[in-house]
Amino acid sequence: MQIYLPIAEVSVNAFLLFGLGGMVGILSGMFGVGGGFLMTPLLFFIGIPPAVAVATEANQIVASSFSGVLAHLKRKTVDLKMGTVLLIGGLIGAALGVLVFNYLKSLGQVDLLVRLCYVVFLGIIGSLMFVESLKAIRQSGKPGAAPKRRKHTWVHNLPFKMKFRVSGLYISVIPPILVGVSVGILAAIMGVGGGFIMVPAMIYLLGMPTKVVVGTSLFQIIFVTGFTTMLHATTNYTVDIVLAVLLLVGGVIGAQIGTQIGVKMKAEQLRILLALLVIAVCGKLALDLILEPAELYSLGTGGH
Amino acid sequence: MRALLALLFCLATPLTAESIVSDLSRDEVSINVTFNGSDILIFGAVRRDAPEPEGEMGVIITVAGPDQDVTVRRKAQKFGIWVNTDQVEIAEAPSFYAVASSGPLEDVLRASEDLRHKITIPQALGQVGTNVLDSRNFSAALLRIREGQSLYQVNEGAVSLSQDTLFSTSVELPANLTEGTYATQIYLTRDGTVIDSYENVIPVKKVGLERWLYNLSREHAFWYGLMSLAIAIASGWLASAVFTFARR
Repeated sequence: MQIYLPIAEVSVNAFLLFGLGGMVGILSGMFGVGGGFLMTPLLFFIGIPPAVAVATEANQIVASSFSGVLAHLKRKTVDLKMGTVLLIGGLIGAALGVLVFNYLKSLGQVDLLVRLCYVVFLGIIGSLMFVESLKAIRQSGKPGAAPKRRKHTWVHNLPFKMKFRVSGLYISVIPPILVGVSVGILAAIMGVGGGFIMVPAMIYLLGMPTKVVVGTSLFQIIFVTGFTTMLHATTNYTVDIVLAVLLLVGGVIGAQIGTQIGVKMKAEQLRILLALLVIAVCGKLALDLILEPAELYSLGTGGH
Repeated sequence: MRALLALLFCLATPLTAESIVSDLSRDEVSINVTFNGSDILIFGAVRRDAPEPEGEMGVIITVAGPDQDVTVRRKAQKFGIWVNTDQVEIAEAPSFYAVASSGPLEDVLRASEDLRHKITIPQALGQVGTNVLDSRNFSAALLRIREGQSLYQVNEGAVSLSQDTLFSTSVELPANLTEGTYATQIYLTRDGTVIDSYENVIPVKKVGLERWLYNLSREHAFWYGLMSLAIAIASGWLASAVFTFARR
């Protein structure tokens, strides 16, 4: 069934979009990532103009993360207090990120920078997570292996301590705010919710338990992507509501299924799968940069 | 009296030559939700008030979409990765362009006539920026990419002629159309020289829901954004509610 999109001005197959939305929704519910880093390239591939793809994707992420958060709230796996602290940092970071983005745009080559950002961050995060979770799986396999105590590092000596009961943490608010700010900057530059950076940062930098991380990440993604959607809609007019609806029907259902799958799996398995996914996307992007493209030329229509 | 005679003479000249009468199969193309490309039939006849003149007759029909400025970028390898290095601005390139002719273009159209009337695609493309030495490669790339998307079409021999008088062709508009006024031009040639041309326009516009959403997104962007968010939140909640209900 072909549907013509009013803003993107292309005709697309509705069932294909249901499918894509569902697939990315499952990942979203399982891992607490928005899925923008996967969906945006897929939308480019089926011929949606990049500006429309990025803006509309933000709107779809709002839907699937909201669906996911509701599922997590019922299981009490959302740390609302931590989420709020991260969100405050995230919004500050997003505002800074927009400034950085516009500066880079004036220099040109912003497209290349975004790609390099993806490859570097996905590569580092993916491989670190992979190694760590592999270790964790080996240790848990050994009989009588005592659960490791959380290390006491410099992070725990900072002032402004706060109790995060759901996460079982008593730490300073400075690290979460800093994590929020830096993820916000990256999210604004790279045009994604930032879940794939936020999740590992919460696990490894803040020491939050994996089960809580997913819901909390989704919680703050709703607000960041909601903010992004409004920015795109009012400044670039690139949010395609028909495309968004087609994607989010699949997305919200997928998120519910993904959450159920996530609950049944072990934390280490969840992390290793996310690591593999991140590495795969990174590899694809790196290959695109390294291999000679089939068509050296590309077209851009500046506005209308 | 002499002036009147001269006027009559002037009026009479085109009458002795051939002229085109033509029409389109539809007045406008409406883009609705299920729009998936469209065909327009262009047909007409050659009117003669004198015996048919000598020379090989040809009919060339072009359909041009609204002009857009296009930036063509080229990648090159730098430090081991492929980066956009050069770019060329092509001002006012048609967003859609189809050429159909009754025979091979080199037979029915002389190069000098093509230059004057800007009929073939390379001629119809606007001025190419000259900040790069090989700007020709960039316009060739634009042509190649748009031809791949069926946005630029060359159909030699697609105009059917009967009895050297009636002609018709069908032009296929792809699904990824841009809104705007599309101009159809019909050229009548003898031995490759254009003797008459006829212009018609066909508006392509969004209708119904498509029109409403598009206007809303431009004129009330804030409310449009809020509406998008509201739909997202509502469907997220709905899915969650349905799943909770189903699990019970």
